[in-house]
Amino acid sequence: MSSVAQTFFDALTFRGGFNTSVVVAGTTLLGAAAGVTGMFALLRKRSLIADALSHATLPGAAAAFLIAAALGSTGRSLPVLLAGAAVSGVLGVLAIHLLARHTRLREDAAIGAVLGVFFGAGVVLLSVVQTSGAPGAAGLNTLIFGSTATMNVGESALMLALAGAAAVASVLLAKEFTLVAFNEGFARSLGWPVGLLDLILMALIVLVTLAGLPVVGLIMVVALLIIPAAAARFWTDRVRVAAPLAGALGALSCFVGSALSAAATDTPAGPVIVLLAGAVFTLSLLVAPRRGVIPVFVRAARLKLRFACEHALEDLTEHNDGAGPVPASVLDQLAVHRGWSRWVRPIAVFALVRAGAVRHAPNGALELTERGRRRGERIARNHALWSRYLITHADIAPSHVDWAVDQVEHVLDPALIERLETDIAAAPGREGAPA
Amino acid sequence: MSPALDQFLTLDLAPLLAGLLASVTCALLGSFLVLRRMSLMGDAISHSVLPGIIVAFMIAKTRDPVVMLAGAAAAGLLTVVLVELVRRFGRVESGAAMGAVFSVLFAAGVLLLERADLGNVDLDASCVLYGQPETLFWIRPAGAGPLDADSLAALPRQLMIQAIGLACALVFIALFYKELRIASFDPQHATSQGFSAGLMHHALMVVVAIATVTSFEAVGSILVIAMLIAPAAAARLLTDRLGSYVWTSVGLAALAALLGHWSSSALPRAIGAGSVSQAGAITVVSGGLLVVAALASPSHGTLAKLLSRRKLRAKIEDEDLLAALFRLEESGDTHPSRAALTAGIGASLDRSAGRLSRRALVQESDGSISLTDQGRRRARRLVRSHRLWESYLVDTAGLSPDHVHDTAERLEHLGIEPSARVDTDPHGKPIPTDPRNGAD
Repeated sequence: MSSVAQTFFDALTFRGGFNTSVVVAGTTLLGAAAGVTGMFALLRKRSLIADALSHATLPGAAAAFLIAAALGSTGRSLPVLLAGAAVSGVLGVLAIHLLARHTRLREDAAIGAVLGVFFGAGVVLLSVVQTSGAPGAAGLNTLIFGSTATMNVGESALMLALAGAAAVASVLLAKEFTLVAFNEGFARSLGWPVGLLDLILMALIVLVTLAGLPVVGLIMVVALLIIPAAAARFWTDRVRVAAPLAGALGALSCFVGSALSAAATDTPAGPVIVLLAGAVFTLSLLVAPRRGVIPVFVRAARLKLRFACEHALEDLTEHNDGAGPVPASVLDQLAVHRGWSRWVRPIAVFALVRAGAVRHAPNGALELTERGRRRGERIARNHALWSRYLITHADIAPSHVDWAVDQVEHVLDPALIERLETDIAAAPGREGAPA
Repeated sequence: MSPALDQFLTLDLAPLLAGLLASVTCALLGSFLVLRRMSLMGDAISHSVLPGIIVAFMIAKTRDPVVMLAGAAAAGLLTVVLVELVRRFGRVESGAAMGAVFSVLFAAGVLLLERADLGNVDLDASCVLYGQPETLFWIRPAGAGPLDADSLAALPRQLMIQAIGLACALVFIALFYKELRIASFDPQHATSQGFSAGLMHHALMVVVAIATVTSFEAVGSILVIAMLIAPAAAARLLTDRLGSYVWTSVGLAALAALLGHWSSSALPRAIGAGSVSQAGAITVVSGGLLVVAALASPSHGTLAKLLSRRKLRAKIEDEDLLAALFRLEESGDTHPSRAALTAGIGASLDRSAGRLSRRALVQESDGSISLTDQGRRRARRLVRSHRLWESYLVDTAGLSPDHVHDTAERLEHLGIEPSARVDTDPHGKPIPTDPRNGAD
């Protein structure tokens, strides 16, 4: 086993030394906390406020550094930097709130302006720090891109505490956050303090952001909040499942990412974690059975094929009352009438032949089997029943009926058909379904 | 040439122009982003500049600005396309889609930067993020005047690139101003007029990507966000018409660039620090302009709104007191005591009485308040308006008589009244004649 793989394996199994193990454990907990908190942030549509918040921590961290340096401290002290970051981050969120609430500016403009301007203020302070000659100025840069390599046990413990607090609070308040996210008005009518809950959620986002700054850096920390949550949404519609799933996906990305980073040189943990999370997201986007792109596409294609097959059976049955083969020229007309693209017809014919509803006849003609004719008659009858129903009960003009029935005849349920037949039998004399 | 001017031309002019061009270009396009609530697309695009540059460098192995530009522009467009794909096919909320896309691209950039063998070439991430216009110098050939062809040719190439970016933005807006306007305010109408609002949106995104890319070297890729949004947001608070809005945001951006440049050179001397980032200073100034606009804008500022609200409240308090005095006169009490009035009107009595007696609409004498002739005319008009509104609400709007008082209480302050068709209100009280008609 190569040494990189060996170190990676050691880090994964917490045998890579005490320091590495603490970093990996702390980062994993961070991922879990960010996933769960991020889920509620996503549901409450607060995702990009978190982005502004993390960018807005820069001036605070730089100012804290300058103040600490002026007071004679060494500057690179994580708690001091994070305290400053927390202050300016909260100020940034407050500024967004004030701008969006009390001026005509929309939230997106408020977020963009605050994000850019606060970061600009941070850049100004950074330029002062870098030319001031204070020792430890490099420590500030790790807050921007993140670096687990330089983390010591004390810093990991701080991160562990912040992330742990956020995770516990998210779990305890899960019910409240869920209701506020889905039905704010109902939560208010129950007498819940919606404003306070939003404030708490924001505070949890602040905690996660602060814990994430030393690991993934302030530009990418928003990824931990957004990506696992968005990925989990593809797999389920239930918050009870989605929130833990988001936590698990976040924890997984962080666990593997920080272990990889510990194993390979020149591989900062932040980007690796974010890229892993991005891979999980892409995978979920594509294959998640509930809302993934591929399953959704397959379902839609199968539905379309079913419609095409039923239309074909209906048309073939109506032609010559289903007796004898239908020549290719008529089939061409039917295809044009149904507006099929050139892919639909061969696939539908193939499916029908395989289902034993249709068999090939000479010269490209098609012939219904006995089974196909029975199905076709049933569909035609449904069609007629719907026409009848829409004209007599739903007040739709006869000229509009044909279009509407093609959409709905496939979802007709047997009980309704029975009722319609009774209705039609009770109202004789009008043109109706064929017997 | 004086040494001071020479120094200015050599050291300051190029950074100043770079900041100015970046600010103006971004503000021009940012105003449409803000208007269309697409501000955060600027955020997403600008974060993707870093990976674009690095990938371009890894492929072409050169720091040629044109190559960097192409890479960044490609990354910007990729971001737009990916966000759109994730949003549409994943049905992810657009904010989350942007956050997911740009953070992953940015992470790829940072990782490549750390891992890739970039040789001895200095591709500094912080330079991409914060920009370093201070490194632009104008080294003119010895003896050549500032306007000689040789000197102009020695202007930093970066300025030319930015000028091209500005030209792109100007041409785009000049050509499609009408289409942008319709597509921004009424996309359906735009589409029904035969040009696709969606196409307009994507064209705008392309030009924003170009502006971001041409500007990042001067101001840094993240600070571009502030340049796109802050001046436009401030202008949005100052004006309501599209034309003046765009020009105001450009003007504010230019002002921010000038003030930012000035403060970045003046501040270090003042506080004794080494140097201050010009790009950061520009964004801070534009943030300051936004705050000023939010507070002090005559039409949409918080202070203006606060003042007009206070004025309205004072007016309503005063009018309520006048009307109350009039009603008391009707019932025979021409000199009600302060205590009795306080019971009916509340704590605002003292304020209103003070204001009204200064305007000679009421007079106070040992603890009682009464209307002057002028005040009585005002009060008569108010009570008339109140009772006319009540009868309007009952007769025309079909409300029941016991539900109309509160509504009429608000409507009476509007200064308009329904036409008089009756002599008494729904409660049987006489409607006073209009004092402006002279007759009493």
